[in-house]
Amino acid sequence: MQRTVDKIIDRYGAEEAELLAVLMDIQAEYNYLPRPALERVSEVMGVSRSRINYMATFFSAFSLEERGKHICTVCMGTACHVRGAPMLVEEFERILEVKAGGTTEDMQFTLETVNCVGACALGPLVIVDGEYHGNQKSAQVSRLVKKVRKADAKEGAA
Amino acid sequence: MSCSPEHTSIDLSKLKLLNSGGDLAEYRAKLQGDKNPDRKIVSVCTGTGCKAYKCDSLAEALRDEVCKAGLEEKVEIVATGCHGFCERGALMVIYPEEILYQKVKSENAADIVAKTLAKGEVIEELLFVDPVSGKKCTKENDIPFYKHQQQELMHGGRMLDPRKIDDYIARDGYSALVKVLGEMKGDEVIDQITKSGLRGRGGGGFPTGVKWRTCKDAPGEQRYVICNADEGDPGAYMDRSLLEGNPHLIIEGMIIGAFAIGSSQGYVYVRNEYPLAVSNLTTALEQARAMGLLGKSILGSDFSFDIKVVRGGGAFVCGESTALMASLEGYVGEPRAKHIHTVEQGLYDQPSNLNNVETWANVPLIINKGVDWFTGIGTGDVSKNPWGGSKGTKIFSLVGKVNNTGLVEVPMGATLRQIIFDIGGGIRDGKKFKGVQTGGPSGGCLPEKFLDQPVDFDELTKAGSMMGSGGMIVMDEDTCMVDFARYFLNFLRDESCGKCTTCREGLKRMWELTNDICEGRGTQKHIEKLESLAKVVMDGSLCALGQTAANPVLSTLKYYREEYEGHIERGECIGRVCKPLISFHITAECNGCNLCALNCPYDAISGEKKKGDTYKIDQDKCTKCRICYQSCKFDAIDIRTGTQG
Repeated sequence: MQRTVDKIIDRYGAEEAELLAVLMDIQAEYNYLPRPALERVSEVMGVSRSRINYMATFFSAFSLEERGKHICTVCMGTACHVRGAPMLVEEFERILEVKAGGTTEDMQFTLETVNCVGACALGPLVIVDGEYHGNQKSAQVSRLVKKVRKADAKEGAA
Repeated sequence: MSCSPEHTSIDLSKLKLLNSGGDLAEYRAKLQGDKNPDRKIVSVCTGTGCKAYKCDSLAEALRDEVCKAGLEEKVEIVATGCHGFCERGALMVIYPEEILYQKVKSENAADIVAKTLAKGEVIEELLFVDPVSGKKCTKENDIPFYKHQQQELMHGGRMLDPRKIDDYIARDGYSALVKVLGEMKGDEVIDQITKSGLRGRGGGGFPTGVKWRTCKDAPGEQRYVICNADEGDPGAYMDRSLLEGNPHLIIEGMIIGAFAIGSSQGYVYVRNEYPLAVSNLTTALEQARAMGLLGKSILGSDFSFDIKVVRGGGAFVCGESTALMASLEGYVGEPRAKHIHTVEQGLYDQPSNLNNVETWANVPLIINKGVDWFTGIGTGDVSKNPWGGSKGTKIFSLVGKVNNTGLVEVPMGATLRQIIFDIGGGIRDGKKFKGVQTGGPSGGCLPEKFLDQPVDFDELTKAGSMMGSGGMIVMDEDTCMVDFARYFLNFLRDESCGKCTTCREGLKRMWELTNDICEGRGTQKHIEKLESLAKVVMDGSLCALGQTAANPVLSTLKYYREEYEGHIERGECIGRVCKPLISFHITAECNGCNLCALNCPYDAISGEKKKGDTYKIDQDKCTKCRICYQSCKFDAIDIRTGTQG
């Protein structure tokens, strides 16, 4: 992990102003901010752990806990809200048996909400592993989850 | 020739370094001369909206078919930025005929090439049908959504591939920069922008020229120009679309601004939630740099300037200038008091000029087309006072319960009715208009009586809302205004940075009060407390987030008070949204198809197949998830509230 973190820091340089960019790349690499990675950042960039933690908890792009293999994100922007986004969250919560923000016990799914991704004309919008699904209805949620599970099963068999 | 997929990545070392305006003009002439002037251009929208409809594979399939048919000399497929009509993606337009096809899939590619591109036949099934008149529209301008717009900023992006600098240059790109570097002094540029009456498109409406002047005159060793692309207002996405679709326009605007102000370093602070914008912008910057349009000695002049992209970490408050600059320095995005404005002491305590994406996009247009052209569009008179009117066009994100959702660009001063009904085609599913929310979480909701209000910086403020950055969320009778106010409070309490107690604690308490009302526990006292807390939050907070946070509550209380009272006095939610106040019932329309019972995840519906009158919903088991309501094909599920229940 140390080597990966060092490589990320090298991309931007160890200046303080690059802290946000470095943390974002670590988040992208591991899907969360692992503690040893943050310790390394603190050491190399000469920034205190408390400041790093402050950043990590302030910005919603970061997670301090390990996330699932698949990320389901429900957009909670205004346009999505008036077209029924809260019901989509509830349906995801029911099917995945986890509250928004949480990860399933088997570490397969993390359910997240986001305060608008700017695809408002497609609302309500769900993003599964980076793929956008517009104009969703509660009844379609189970299909989205099934599709991911099926693809995984296929991959496992092969 | 083999039909291989096009490589969109351009080898930077092969781009020509331009050393003067003359070089650029020569290069442009060559680009224009290389192409068959009679070719057809197929503009395929590849914005984020259309990506959800697999537009990338459509563009690929079209290229493949064109190649197979041997039409490469006669047809050019351009994968462009957002066309605006996201409701109908994937979109494509064939020029010069302007034939617009909507809801296109890659399976249609072969037909489009064989019929339309080879023979000029129009494919009827892919045309837009106007839901109001029932007529098929062949041309883009036959469609009311486009007909009533005035696309000045968006049009350019619809004709070019944002990943290719050549496309931008061929369409007169960077000619405003050449004009500025060759013929103008910095002060003249500032004068032009001031005279044009351009005001900040992020919502503040501060005159851009005045800001530039202050920045230039402020003492400092280094001056910074910054582009605010942290488009946090939920329901607004015009900045994303501009950055994705026409990044060089923003870059050109920023270089001109930097020249005028005397800055050598610029930043674009862009949301991490916009990956395509980050990627297209980064590519554009690399290409501009390779061609000598950015970096040391731009176009051989003695002016040097470069731009760095910084990704935001997903905090709404970072759209505020002091928070944004703190974040650029590698700190958390907490605002500070603005005794001294950032334009005098901002990033690293140096004079820093921050403008929104759409503001920057206007700059090259004003330089090229002139002040008179710009002041000819819009409202008021800015000849003596830059605050005297709202000039130019404005892009709105028209979303929610409206028929034609998407991005629309209209002259300042267009009325809400023109935007929502003429362009937007009115309310979906024949429902009634209830209100429109403008200005994001700082704005307000306006009811029907304001539909003829012109939309500009000043008029909507008089009505108790604001134009803001351009989000326009339309609501119908199925929207609950108390729930809507609760939604914004939830958003803001989540996004409050926590520095000011009034904002951090006050918003939480206000959310609890609206939540009580939505859940049927409200009293008159709740409304009184909401009103007094609103004042405290507004007065006691440092930045605009807190100062304007109560607007959604105050405007709904002002115009939709009876809905608050309905919840409190009669347990009635007329929008039929608030779960504790509604119940689901099966009506006489039921024919016993059993679909609802099959779909109900809670086994709350029972009945004998084909016998409609036997179907019932067990109210104890029902969680009001609405799946039955959505799946019933016979409108046989009724939602009751208040005394009906």
